[in-house]
Amino acid sequence: MTITREEVLHVARLARLALSDAEADRLREQLGRLLDYMKQLDRLDTRGVVPTSHAVEMGTPFREDVVIPFGDREAILSNAPDRQGDFFRVPRIIED
Amino acid sequence: MEFEAVIGLEVHAQLATESKIFCACSAKFGASPNENTCPVCTGMPGVLPVLNRKAVEFTVRTALATSCKVQRRSVFARKNYFYPDLPKAYQISQYELPVALGGHVDIEIDGGAKRIGITRIHMEEDAGKLVHEGEFAGAQASLADLNRCSVPLMEIVSEPDMRTPGEGGAYLRRLRDILVYLEVCDGNMEEGSFRCDANVSVRPVGQKEFGTKAELKNMNSFRNVEKALEYEIRRQIETIEDGGEVVQETRLWDANAGVTVSMRRKEEAHDYRYFPDPDLLPLIVEEAWVDTLRKTIPELPAEKIARLASQYGIPKYDAGILASERPLADFFEASAAFFPGNAKTTANECVHWKDAIRAGKLSPETIAHAVEDRENGTVSATASKKLVELVVETGKPFRALRDEKGLTQVSDASALDAVVDKVLSASPKEVESYRGGKVGLLSFFVGQVMKESRGKANPKVVQEVLKRKLG
Amino acid sequence: MANVPVHEWTLLEAARKIREKEISSRELTGALLARIGALNPKINAYITVLPERAAAQAAACDEEQAKGSLRGPLHGVPLGLKDIFCTRGVRTTCGSRILHNFDPPYDAAVAGKVLAAGAVLLGKHNMDEFAMGSSTETSGFGVTRNPWDLSRIPGGSSGGTAAAVSSAMCFAGVGTDTGGSIRQPASLCGVVGVKPTYGRVSRYGMIAFASSLDQGGPIARTVPDAAALLSVIAGYDRRDSTSVDVPVPDYLAASGKPVKGLRVGLPKEYFGGGGLDPAVKAAVERALKALVDQGATAVEVSLPHTSFALSTYYLVAPAEASSNLARYDGVRYGHRAEGAAGLIEMMSRTRAEGFGDEVKRRIMIGTYALSAGYYEAFYGKAQKVRTLIRGDFAKAFEAADVLLTPTAPTPAFRLGEKTDDPLTMYLSDIFTIPCNLAGIPGLSVPCGLSADGLPIGAQLLSDHFREETLFAAAGAIERAIPVPRVAPLEG
Repeated sequence: MTITREEVLHVARLARLALSDAEADRLREQLGRLLDYMKQLDRLDTRGVVPTSHAVEMGTPFREDVVIPFGDREAILSNAPDRQGDFFRVPRIIED
Repeated sequence: MEFEAVIGLEVHAQLATESKIFCACSAKFGASPNENTCPVCTGMPGVLPVLNRKAVEFTVRTALATSCKVQRRSVFARKNYFYPDLPKAYQISQYELPVALGGHVDIEIDGGAKRIGITRIHMEEDAGKLVHEGEFAGAQASLADLNRCSVPLMEIVSEPDMRTPGEGGAYLRRLRDILVYLEVCDGNMEEGSFRCDANVSVRPVGQKEFGTKAELKNMNSFRNVEKALEYEIRRQIETIEDGGEVVQETRLWDANAGVTVSMRRKEEAHDYRYFPDPDLLPLIVEEAWVDTLRKTIPELPAEKIARLASQYGIPKYDAGILASERPLADFFEASAAFFPGNAKTTANECVHWKDAIRAGKLSPETIAHAVEDRENGTVSATASKKLVELVVETGKPFRALRDEKGLTQVSDASALDAVVDKVLSASPKEVESYRGGKVGLLSFFVGQVMKESRGKANPKVVQEVLKRKLG
Repeated sequence: MANVPVHEWTLLEAARKIREKEISSRELTGALLARIGALNPKINAYITVLPERAAAQAAACDEEQAKGSLRGPLHGVPLGLKDIFCTRGVRTTCGSRILHNFDPPYDAAVAGKVLAAGAVLLGKHNMDEFAMGSSTETSGFGVTRNPWDLSRIPGGSSGGTAAAVSSAMCFAGVGTDTGGSIRQPASLCGVVGVKPTYGRVSRYGMIAFASSLDQGGPIARTVPDAAALLSVIAGYDRRDSTSVDVPVPDYLAASGKPVKGLRVGLPKEYFGGGGLDPAVKAAVERALKALVDQGATAVEVSLPHTSFALSTYYLVAPAEASSNLARYDGVRYGHRAEGAAGLIEMMSRTRAEGFGDEVKRRIMIGTYALSAGYYEAFYGKAQKVRTLIRGDFAKAFEAADVLLTPTAPTPAFRLGEKTDDPLTMYLSDIFTIPCNLAGIPGLSVPCGLSADGLPIGAQLLSDHFREETLFAAAGAIERAIPVPRVAPLEG
């Protein structure tokens, strides 16, 4: 299956993965071959087959509307690579 | 060429649950940054969502109140995109299979009624807030507050049935009132618990196909929605008339400048890669549950307005104001039950005092007494107003204050006989002038009687007695 | 039992000897920590070892026991956990550099249960990065070596756990299995590994790879050990919406049940392939004979869509993974790239720096499979084929109580042997993948050694929530075919 370099870069952007040129080329080739293999599924007639979108067949369980505070904001913030007071700090979005 | 506008509105309503949609953190507004968070709503590794039953209840009730078909089986889907206020880098929403489909909201516009279709209602989680460090444009960083992450939202999508900004405003107001009636949302556009985006296009009158639409965002009040729609419709028509083409894009309303501005960001066709969320099983809403919830739907605004108007003989306009807040309408009816003698006046009074009523400073009985006493002349209109103010201030009952302040006016004609006689005998010259034709002197005599009675006489009755005696 | 070194005891023996005060937890834990100190540098089964914490836990267990209270069936017994289970206060990396410094403020359900049962946590086991791999070669913390032959892979992604159990660096461990990641390493390391029914074990706090396929399960040296450990970690958890509320039976008792009358199905599609090593085929046939000798009957069954399972898996799993791994964006925890000018650059470089090649490859496949215009052809199609595969098993279980297959097509291959071509690596999961797609439970039990002395495992599969059948059959095989359970290492 032919995947263009543009497609690889587009998918990498969707996935927020910075790729070197070498990586992009390698992935283009590998993805092409893998997706080629997977096209074997086209041989199967799946008309009328219901997709397995959920591994368990039952309705989703519910939670009652009761507040149970986690109660440890510091624990939530302490893994942050960059924080300002009680905020997570991130670089600004740059229009490009 | 004549153009018409085609408007569809997308509302995001924050559900007034205690806890968030997928975790047990508080959903309440106003906490300090990142106070209402936990590993689940901040998307830490290995955490999982569990659905809040009340959020489902609120959504189903909204669906019932807007005549939508509640779907027995609906599916949560992941909407994938990267943003610092979206901790999991996906929003749990509903895509192909939402909770409700195909309803409507009826509005009154220009004296007529119109039905605005609702395409779908679905549930999703809210994202957090990004604030920009420092006020200046060169700020290097943004700060993320995840309190709002996972607050339950209901997305209500209308059909593109509206044709004027006025219809848009009417639809929004009616929808908001329905949600507030159901107590599922507090309907506050300014605070962000009720948000609206608009899709607008124009087309030549008579054309069946829709024109290219623009999406409008950043309108934070009903009035701003109407203004933004007005502007955008005009802009699109002008663009076409000038030979240009309307571009499909997102535009932000700038309330200060009064214009919509293109977002111009390279909208790399957001590919959200929706797929059913494997961490949540399908949402099953059984018929029995729907039936139970159906019974909890109160009389809705449209029905209430019609009923108040016909049952109490008040104008639809007044009924509309009363019905705009369910507690106010309830108050009016309770008041009218105490004293049914003049529903129109009672309605007026309720509207006049609505702030105090909302604040809980007045009881239905108070207004009933105020109206009754005015009807039977026990107090003057002025005194009545003053007394109600005093009730608001002191909390004491209306009639107790009336008697305490001696504001009862004398309306019994025979009781006033003596006073009138006294006044007339004290002013023989004026009596003669009056009888001679100077009927303007009536007010002089009224004034005198009022003075003599220290304001307690009912001026209308005084006038009648004077006229009778003066001839 | 006389001269069996302490570290080679089974889990149940260790638990009993503590209960009966033949040995203290301190002593037992100390012995294992010493063994880890000696062996881990060679084998690298552990990413994180917790000597002080474990010693403190062991001391606490001894004190409580002295006062007459035991926490649970594993009181004082030292265990390890695959580094995919969040452990509060203990760094949890998921085998990835992007989480090299992540300190979870919560325990995974599995960790909580194991600790509540009284176990002492020795450390966190090495694994393929984000559980993506079949050899533990994609770990960001170095490869793990197979204790039976240090030039070979232990399997993956729970290679660290299997190697630790096999080299007696813990009495048992808990791994995870998405496409075979418990069973395949168990087979390659000569130990017992169980992937429970989907929904049997809570996924709360178990870092997600492919949400509709992941399950945590025990890796131990004997079938009764694995059964006992599964009883500890199984059970309904309301924090996991996919957790199923089904009572936990006595798996230990089940492992001793006779197999007379058991119908053993042999899926023909698993035995015909050219990639199946003859030694593996022979060993599995020996396992079948052991069952038949004890009264079971063999029946040929067919799982017609078997050859499509790999493609189905390698579309569904990466698609879910691409979404599950999107949260690693450098904002709230883990690695963040330095010196980025703007947000998009920060996120893109963070992920480029923090993820290894296999993870990136799967994120790319998954993103592609879900993207506009390709959803129906790839992800949508795969989800439909998954339904067909589930149907195959449902039909097979009408004719058989349990299915018997090889676990892996070959014994352990050499380090670096399959890292050049992703597809070659993926093919090592060919027997284990279908079971995850169907959600049914599977178990691998040692049933022989190759000519090179490398372990071979037989896989048993049963219908949903029929793990007892697996334990009964596995117990019968184990009793009939003794295979050394501790790798013959010096040290």
